[in-house]
Amino acid sequence: METLKTCLHDKHLALGAKMMPFGGFDMPIEYTSIVEEHNAVRHAAGIFDVSHMGEILIKGEDSERYINHIFTNNISRAAIGKIFYGMMLYPTGGVVEDLLVYKKADKEFFLVVNAANIAKDYEWMIENSKGYNVEIINQSDYYGEVAVQGPKAFETIEKYIGIEVNDLEFYTFKELQYEGETIIVSRTGYTGEDGFELYGSHNFINKTWDLLVQSKEVLPCGLGCRDTLRFEVGLPLYGHELDQDITPLEAGLGSFVKLDKEEFIGKDAILKQKAEGVKRKIVGIELVDKAIPRSGYDVEINGQKIGYVTTGYNSISTGKSVCLALIDSEYAALGTDVDVRIRKKEFKGQVVKKRFYEKNYKK
Amino acid sequence: MSKVVEGLYYTESHEWVKVEGEFAYIGITDFAQHQLGNIVYVDIPEVGDEIKQEEEFGAVESVKAASDLLSPVSGTIVEVNEKLSDEPELINKNAFDSWILKVKLSDASELNSLMDSKAYAEICE
Repeated sequence: METLKTCLHDKHLALGAKMMPFGGFDMPIEYTSIVEEHNAVRHAAGIFDVSHMGEILIKGEDSERYINHIFTNNISRAAIGKIFYGMMLYPTGGVVEDLLVYKKADKEFFLVVNAANIAKDYEWMIENSKGYNVEIINQSDYYGEVAVQGPKAFETIEKYIGIEVNDLEFYTFKELQYEGETIIVSRTGYTGEDGFELYGSHNFINKTWDLLVQSKEVLPCGLGCRDTLRFEVGLPLYGHELDQDITPLEAGLGSFVKLDKEEFIGKDAILKQKAEGVKRKIVGIELVDKAIPRSGYDVEINGQKIGYVTTGYNSISTGKSVCLALIDSEYAALGTDVDVRIRKKEFKGQVVKKRFYEKNYKK
Repeated sequence: MSKVVEGLYYTESHEWVKVEGEFAYIGITDFAQHQLGNIVYVDIPEVGDEIKQEEEFGAVESVKAASDLLSPVSGTIVEVNEKLSDEPELINKNAFDSWILKVKLSDASELNSLMDSKAYAEICE
């Protein structure tokens, strides 16, 4: 497949970013350094090009009933402007996708999905729409998206873009008129900090990028630190902590699966797994040493494999080498001693909470 | 851009070697540290260990990647740079000052298979 470019691709090259393929797109991994960009988001503000993300519009008479059918969270009777996080599941309970659902109107919803999964998700939605009066429109080519994240996100957006955003509560959004187009602004993100995601035409996204980057108060940030930031606060990444073989219960995301809903795809499998008890779980592990437990490395006890690392780093905010790992539930208790095999050597560690750094959301 | 220092030997896997008599210092190049980004850990063997040319002897880890260290020469480790265990970022600051190992060469003729600064500068283009 040909590598795709976002509407900000030229800006990344002009800034000298290190580029790498991600989700089918040629994306910036870092501009200056992951550490500097990471710290900018924790302590000031950073801007990310996330135009690779997919946007799918669902509208029509049965929209709400249809989304409740394919989505684990419950969107019934929600207020307009509310956002839900949840998953689409296979009948086996494995995850098709984790996504956001924005309620635009009573019969109109805006779904934000991962870049690598856009085609798969769209097909899944179409396949499972039989008998529902809905229109499913892939708007990914139209929308660009930037995420502005960090404690100074709201004031810099208000100052340099000239739109009010601080009235938004966490996990809500609004549509605004901006120079003749309708843009979407939500108080969401993937960093554990306060922040916003802005969706609009390529023109709007380029303008927003320029205004914020030129202000020098908002640092361009690559996908490298997007991963270290989301990881530190225990947020999952599809393909690592979630995938078609990992259920939301195993990933510790049961609170986004509403088993009291009448039905949704995968419900039976999740109910069964809940009744039987999960056999493996995503946990946090902290190593004594500074070697980095990376994705795919084995987790062991007495030389026996009990699981594997899903994501791991030397945490930029805490300096500790930590990882998320999917391990047998019997060893998942906090404080359990485990080893991670790194380059043929065993490194000692201990099961700890998955949140390596506290979130700083504005609620 | 990346610096290359004259008078050192280089490998295609971006290690440098500085020879002093029968001893050699080994590190990674400025090009390599730049590619890796923020270095957070150096996995170094112990004094007394034997290393063999072209074989892995450790790793340098940055936030985003682990890069194996391949030995440019064979020999016995006589000293390791202890400063790197507390301050691995010294390699980012000055890769050519931040040697990782000092070895006693077991076969000085191996140096002939390495690149000089000019040849190395070309592969970094």
